[in-house]
Amino acid sequence: MKRTFFFLLPLLMPAPAFADAAIPVTLQNHKFSPSEIHVKANSPTVIALTNKDATAEEFDSSALQVEKVVAGNSSGNVRIRALAPGRYPFMGEYHSATAQGVVVAK
Amino acid sequence: MLSALLIVFREVIEAGLIVGIVLAATKGVPRRDFAVGMGVGAGVLGACLVAVFAGGLASLFQGSGQELFNAAILILAVMMLTWHNVWMASHGREMARELKAAGHEVVTGRRTLAALGVVVGVAVLREGSEVVLFLYGIAAQGGVSNAGLLAGGALGLAAGAAVSALMYFGLLTIPAGRLFQVTSGLITLLAAGMAAQAVLFLQNGGYLDAWTGTIWDTSWLLREDSIPGRLLHTLVGYVQAPDGAQIVAYLATIIAIVVLMRLTGRQAPAARPQPAE
Repeated sequence: MKRTFFFLLPLLMPAPAFADAAIPVTLQNHKFSPSEIHVKANSPTVIALTNKDATAEEFDSSALQVEKVVAGNSSGNVRIRALAPGRYPFMGEYHSATAQGVVVAK
Repeated sequence: MLSALLIVFREVIEAGLIVGIVLAATKGVPRRDFAVGMGVGAGVLGACLVAVFAGGLASLFQGSGQELFNAAILILAVMMLTWHNVWMASHGREMARELKAAGHEVVTGRRTLAALGVVVGVAVLREGSEVVLFLYGIAAQGGVSNAGLLAGGALGLAAGAAVSALMYFGLLTIPAGRLFQVTSGLITLLAAGMAAQAVLFLQNGGYLDAWTGTIWDTSWLLREDSIPGRLLHTLVGYVQAPDGAQIVAYLATIIAIVVLMRLTGRQAPAARPQPAE
């Protein structure tokens, strides 16, 4: 029953509302810019990630509990849950040597 | 080369552990290799499709297509695992008894072979699509280091397969009488972890907004992105900082499977014809 409920959820609920102020972040040459993102603590936010590279990248962070693939030359929204104050590192999994960043919640 | 090796190794063990458990759970079942092989094949094909259409998939459902897709296939896998365990609880004992008398090979679990094939397919698809995207990225970039990176990928694949084989043969050292109890337990935890992961994808897709506060944080003890952390994440659903909804989904899945197994396991003997008086 629980599962049926989850299946139906997308049909029942309105399109997910994006937070009014999505934070723009760009990925170019496998580097995030800005690489340090400041958010308000204890309040959910959205990062609008634009991938200007030709190849796909996975925005990956176990601290933020996010895995999101953004295809080459496209963009995607990464939802960040309400965070306790602190630093939450993230990376582009496919180019982790250069694609590094941190979300700072204050 | 090292980064390619690590990424491919990580994804391959994550899928491979699940394949190892499924293989152990279906030990002795005829046509098992066919079902698992089909699962792996379909998973690889699906992974390529998902990788090719990653952009299109992501843009569905107001940009939440990827999250919905992941949640849906995880929920499908949870249902298949539940079905397998419940079916085994109701028929396993009965069939083992009959077959022992008939002197046949153990064929318990044949009915749910297709279900486990689906689980294997889902696991390979999820992890495989990441490998495909990563390797495609390398190939598209070109450059001198290409050969090294691809060699790293091949090594990662081999190492991941070796760890998965270790899991399978390790499980096979368990005496046959207890093996199915162990695999049932592993499958229950696997399903619970997948259910919690599905909830996370629904949250990240913006579809589930309740109980999103972090309940505890054990990243100081075991980081989820370390290799042991990832192994435990795959096997028992370890999450370093779970929120309320993930914990509820995890526990609810375990309770649902155990209760269903108890209920059907109890009914099975009663359903057998009573000896004439």
